[in-house]
Amino acid sequence: MSSTTIDTHPHGHHEEHHAPGGIMRWITTTNHKDIGTLYMGFALVMLFIGGAMAMLIRLELLQPGLQFLNPSFFNSMTTVHALIMVFGMIMPAFAGFANWFIPLQIGAPDMALPRLNNWSFWLLPFAGVMLLMTLFMPGGGPAGGWTLYPPLVLQTGDAFPFAMFAVHILGVSSILAAINIIVTIMNMRAPGMTLLKMPMFTWTWLITAYLLLLAMPVLAGGVTMLITDRFFGTSFFSAAGGGDPVLFQHIFWFFGHPEVYIIILPAFGIVSEIIPTFARKPLFGYAAMVYATASIAFLSLVVWAHHMFTTGMPLGGQLFFMLSTMLIAIPTGVKVFNWTATLWRGSLSFETPMLYALAFLFLFTLGGFSGLMLAMVPADIQYHDTYFVVAHFHYVLVPGALFGVFGGTYYWLPKMTGHMYDEKLGKWHFWLTTIFVNVTFFPQHFLGLAGMPRRIPDYATQFADFNFISSIGAFGLGASQLIFVWVVVKCFKGGPKATAQVWEGAHGLEWTVPSPAPHHTFDEPPVIK
Amino acid sequence: MKNRKRFLPLALAISGLTSASPAWSDLALNMTPGVTAMSREIYDLHMLTLWICVVIAVGVYGVMVYAIINFRKSKGAVPAKFTHSYTVEVIWTVIPALILVAMAVPAARTLIKMQDTRGSELTIKVTGLQWRWQYDYIDDGVRFYSTLKRDANAARKKGSGVDPKTVENYLLDVDNALVVPVNTKVRLLVTGSDVIHAWWVPAFGVKQDAVPGYINEVWFNAETEGTYRGQCAELCGMDHGFMPIVVRVTSRDQYKTWLASQRTQTSSLAQAQ
Repeated sequence: MSSTTIDTHPHGHHEEHHAPGGIMRWITTTNHKDIGTLYMGFALVMLFIGGAMAMLIRLELLQPGLQFLNPSFFNSMTTVHALIMVFGMIMPAFAGFANWFIPLQIGAPDMALPRLNNWSFWLLPFAGVMLLMTLFMPGGGPAGGWTLYPPLVLQTGDAFPFAMFAVHILGVSSILAAINIIVTIMNMRAPGMTLLKMPMFTWTWLITAYLLLLAMPVLAGGVTMLITDRFFGTSFFSAAGGGDPVLFQHIFWFFGHPEVYIIILPAFGIVSEIIPTFARKPLFGYAAMVYATASIAFLSLVVWAHHMFTTGMPLGGQLFFMLSTMLIAIPTGVKVFNWTATLWRGSLSFETPMLYALAFLFLFTLGGFSGLMLAMVPADIQYHDTYFVVAHFHYVLVPGALFGVFGGTYYWLPKMTGHMYDEKLGKWHFWLTTIFVNVTFFPQHFLGLAGMPRRIPDYATQFADFNFISSIGAFGLGASQLIFVWVVVKCFKGGPKATAQVWEGAHGLEWTVPSPAPHHTFDEPPVIK
Repeated sequence: MKNRKRFLPLALAISGLTSASPAWSDLALNMTPGVTAMSREIYDLHMLTLWICVVIAVGVYGVMVYAIINFRKSKGAVPAKFTHSYTVEVIWTVIPALILVAMAVPAARTLIKMQDTRGSELTIKVTGLQWRWQYDYIDDGVRFYSTLKRDANAARKKGSGVDPKTVENYLLDVDNALVVPVNTKVRLLVTGSDVIHAWWVPAFGVKQDAVPGYINEVWFNAETEGTYRGQCAELCGMDHGFMPIVVRVTSRDQYKTWLASQRTQTSSLAQAQ
């Protein structure tokens, strides 16, 4: 521990005397709330960078014919959009919530490993910048898809080692954050806070952190093998040298499928916090929710090859991965039913966080239905690599994970800033976002079923109408996010004073500390009833 | 759940908005039933799953909408105190499991048929290259490349000034189509020469990755003469969007005539070399 932190006393406000001010405060901070804020700010910037790429993609797809982008730049845009949104936006946003609210929810004074925490965050901007830099390198940015399939990815120009190294650093950052979260939850819960008394958000993050520890090193291994194939003459993935291109897909998806749940489980947690608060009724079947989350996480480790049904898998493999994938519908169904049962005979009010949680409930479930359809191997042969898949995963990632981020932001922003956000603007943001999400992504189901492959910069003319609608929706969706920035900035600057409890139906330790939460909380562990 | 009847119409309206209706299939809103027994089975399976999802959606969304409308604080709703119910939790774990079994059985049955490549009458080797296809009728000594048609290739260039709508079958036509006889079990041996591609013709229900170093087998038996179009379905680089697939299904006689003409072409080419 540095002298600055040793000097800190439980009296709460004179630590400012010792901490550096200005930019150095943020660079050297070991405070979980500061680091949480950094994560969220980074995610917000990345949301707009990744979003701008999506706007370019939809601009090119507005009409048939190539009007704006070259095919290779288009491919770079789809590739980097995905990498930025997954590794730079959604994961850091949830890591931000974890930093801010796990210690507050379990009554801990900070994260267990504060300096590691600082490093976990500060790796991200460098990895992000390195990834974005690749777009300006000779030969263009990575354009082989975020799935990095060889041999195609090995055709990347000078950008290749930079993109690979960026993925490595992002992975290291995630692993360190996961270690920190596990150690914090396992060791720093207030006395009396048994595992089965933990709030759902903390629970989902605990399980997510274990998934991260299991999955990220596998990706790192795969990426390293790509690097040695390219630079050191190995042939892990080259058939000509006795290797196997499909092996990479197994490695990638052994990471990639748990990654899907790494992205969605924290959103499950946030929704499980919001719904009971605004239904003024405890979460239905808390224990079942915990077990369902754990089952989903376990199953996510044994379904990876359902992304690979067209690679030429033997019948036995296809049957196994079809059945294991369908099994995930059971615990996921339990979650949806339990949320619905929480609403049942509650006393509902519809502030912006609740609106996002409800939209999550409807639209994530819709993405779940298309997921179930995709699990059926014979039908997947037709759906695979079409816009039907694009529609499916955007339904679970945007109104799924991203709505979790939005809902969580509105829910906890008063606790973070001490001010209530502008409810009217929040509702505008919600309704515009929800309408445009559906205008953007719903027609993509039809495009896929009608036979439009994904990742193409130009398309046959019969796909023109739905692509036009989808692009218009995307522009609206992009523009609506400016309202979000406005609400957040406005809330940081001022607004009606928030009480400690903030929401009438809110329960849990984070609502017992004042708003804004002081720099140091729970120096003395709270008493758990 | 006693009040199910009261919210059913609303739930139906919502599910109508959020699910593809098969009645619209003429407007290319839905998957093609195709022209092979397998593609029709796939279509039926797709529709079965879709309808199961619609029914579940009506139920689940119905309950959600009912709760949202009726249990409002603004209407003076007082929250109940219950936190769990062992019975309902078991029910909504077991029923989905049974539904899944009902879906898995026909899916497995279709899958087993799809994998059965025995008894084929014609074998063609399909090779994906950046960015065209090569077809090799290995028993007949006929081999040729199949590339995006020239007019579309000119029109698709950035700033070409050609309106794609004026190009017939824009991006879906090739110089040399694959020709196969009708009502014949055709086996394809699919491979890639540089990166991974995927050979996909929706009307046959066939999509197979073309992986370098692998030779994957698939089959189809087209029952109707005609021209069927598809595209590469695995990102394969810059011109991934520009390597279409066209299959012409002809009568057996026409096929024989076509094959003979191709043979002379191929052998004269070989002599010229």
